[in-house]
Amino acid sequence: MTSLAWLIPAALFLGLLGLAAFLWALKNGQFEDLEGAGWRAIDDAPPGPQGKSKPEPD
Amino acid sequence: MEGAVTEARIAAPAADTAAPVPARETHIFTAPEIMCGGCLKTIESTLADTPGVLNARANLSARRVTVTLDPAITSPELVIAAIKGAGFSAAPLIDGRDEVHAARVSELMPRVGVAGFAAANIMLLSVSVWSGHASDMDDSMKTLFHWISALIALPAIAYAGQPFFKSAYAALSARRLNMDVPISLGITLATAMSFAQTMRGTDHVYFDAAAMLVFFLLIGRLLDESMRARTRSAAENLMSLKALTATILDKDGSVRQIPSRNLEPGMTMIIAAGERIAADGIVIDGTSEIDESLITGETLPKVVSRGTRVHAGTLNAASPLRVETTATEDNTLLAELSRLMLAGEQTRGRYVRLADRAARLYAPAVHLLGLSTLIGWLVTGHGWEIALTNAIAVLIITCPCALALAVPAVQVAAISRLFGQGVLVKAADGLERLSEVDTIVFDKTGTLSLGEPSLALDQPIDADVLARAAGLAVMSRHPYAQAMVRAARGRGIAFEPQLGVAESPGSGLSMATPEGEERLGSALFTGVTVTDPRQAASLWYARPGRAAIGFRFEDRLRSDAPDTIAALQAAGYQIEILSGDRPDAVADAATALGVALFKGGVRPDEKLARLAALKQQGRIALMVGDGLNDAPALAAGHASMSPSAAADISQNAADAVFQGEKLGAVVETLKVARRAHRMALENFGIAILYNIAFVPMAVMGYVTPLLAAIAMSTSSILVTGNALRLRSMKLKLDRVAGKQE
Repeated sequence: MTSLAWLIPAALFLGLLGLAAFLWALKNGQFEDLEGAGWRAIDDAPPGPQGKSKPEPD
Repeated sequence: MEGAVTEARIAAPAADTAAPVPARETHIFTAPEIMCGGCLKTIESTLADTPGVLNARANLSARRVTVTLDPAITSPELVIAAIKGAGFSAAPLIDGRDEVHAARVSELMPRVGVAGFAAANIMLLSVSVWSGHASDMDDSMKTLFHWISALIALPAIAYAGQPFFKSAYAALSARRLNMDVPISLGITLATAMSFAQTMRGTDHVYFDAAAMLVFFLLIGRLLDESMRARTRSAAENLMSLKALTATILDKDGSVRQIPSRNLEPGMTMIIAAGERIAADGIVIDGTSEIDESLITGETLPKVVSRGTRVHAGTLNAASPLRVETTATEDNTLLAELSRLMLAGEQTRGRYVRLADRAARLYAPAVHLLGLSTLIGWLVTGHGWEIALTNAIAVLIITCPCALALAVPAVQVAAISRLFGQGVLVKAADGLERLSEVDTIVFDKTGTLSLGEPSLALDQPIDADVLARAAGLAVMSRHPYAQAMVRAARGRGIAFEPQLGVAESPGSGLSMATPEGEERLGSALFTGVTVTDPRQAASLWYARPGRAAIGFRFEDRLRSDAPDTIAALQAAGYQIEILSGDRPDAVADAATALGVALFKGGVRPDEKLARLAALKQQGRIALMVGDGLNDAPALAAGHASMSPSAAADISQNAADAVFQGEKLGAVVETLKVARRAHRMALENFGIAILYNIAFVPMAVMGYVTPLLAAIAMSTSSILVTGNALRLRSMKLKLDRVAGKQE
């Protein structure tokens, strides 16, 4: 029974970790385009001009 | 010395970046042709190569592109041009409203996450306790598990249950009852009692039921909300694409394009032939013909010249115009229309949704049942504790989980089915109101008909003549001329575009030939005297030395309009046509469609009056219309629909917007709406059956937390499963149980 003393907190901690990950993903707009995300995953080309990765003109 | 050099080196680039901090603007564009992953890539890489674009992200679900750009280098107009260059149509999103709505959806989402986390973990602990009943779990361990449950449940419910609490509070402070009142009461009581029981170390702990209740209900609400957000965003995409831009002539003689919402009174617009006028104004230069069908329903173009007032949304048919914009306030037509719309909305009144009507009956019954349980147990001498526990168990069991999911689940299934068929149901209670309709009032121009003239089929026209006339007509953007060209193409007649065609605005086209002048235009222009007044609108083709040939045009009905009307009549709907067009044109259409009740030349306020009269007769009217002149009637009808080509105001006023050429969408919408209504009632039936089964047990004190959890989830799943059937079900239009005439 003493194992419960750390098993329950561990389980709750892991659960909270999952919840935190979900909330983070939500805040970062990971769910904004669920259809598009599927397509982007099978796109072979290097990541497109998302964010700052646009090449600087020289 | 060396130190100074390095310092200078570091300082230089820093100063460089500090001075021209690139200004950033984020714009959202709608691009409805984004259909696959390839489109995302094409658009994003095209925009990446566009100078001044800092970041571009296409969204496949929303069919939108978000672009961050440097306003010093580029502009939204250039970005649109770039997207169009890649082969997609695009338009700036009408901003504002979308953000508000998206925020509400994302407000529910984290709550669903928290409620789900709480429900799952508490259930884990509860299952241990329940199985502990059969094995050897001692009381201290049970109490510990209950305390941990409480620790999770209290903050989670306080956070996740807020949408219900707020809505219930709002309803109560307005002295009304809605579904959220019994829900909030159930959740609060279950939590509070469980906490009290936990402190005393007894068995009746319902944290799992409370958390699960919040979780299920939030999912229902989220689905409802996100479906609505999706239809609304699709409707906004449609409107954005139609939004007008105006070409402005500045005082210094320069010409630029601006969106119509940025227009101010006193600006000079240049309106090319075939363009829609972006704002109300007065013609200051030029003579042309204006197609006002979207405003008045009138299909015949009107001649305008210097000093004539023109309205936003009308089409310049013939030749370029210069128009000075006027303030919207002093525009009598629009002001009049908005006044009428306001009046229309008031006559519609406040609609009470089905779920809330159910709550009005249900909530008092539940509270009474709880109270009588309490009194019953007290009277039979069981003491406060047991009486209170059982009374609260009754409230938890009756907490309308299934009842609150019954309607939203059906609505989501129905709206998503219609969405797939190109019908956007915008109003939250639109589907419910559509299901009650027994009379349908159609506008003619643009609703029953296509809203553009086409060559009447009932006249013998020689192919050579048509080819010749089309050769002239192809040089003009006048609706009649374009209809000529379409007719020639449609019959597979080859024609050669003629050179040297001159256009006289408001009159017609002329071309000099060796034999003399050929003319295509109005009767006056071609020198024809008209005896039959119905021929007045026609186009005449005069060649030197030969009798002039007249062409009649008609506003052709949508291809499936007769079938649609027949189907609606067969189902018992009373059909009426009210149009602003000429009475004879309306009569023709009504005869072709077999509609007995029709009226032409109807003004917007007369449409309102007719709807009010119908209401007095006890009829529930659906208004289907597209023009600005229909907007008040759309607002006043019990329910309303618009084709997607409708004027902005009308689309805003309509409960549902249908896309495409087919009028059959109206039938489909009514089918789904009526079926959805039936299913909502079915779901209520399921929920009530569940209550009949479990409430007696609760009243008698046999409900354990385990039983409550099982009963609650099965009824929710049953109700949702029943609703999902609507997505793939075959439907037929049920007969209206209308009153006899």
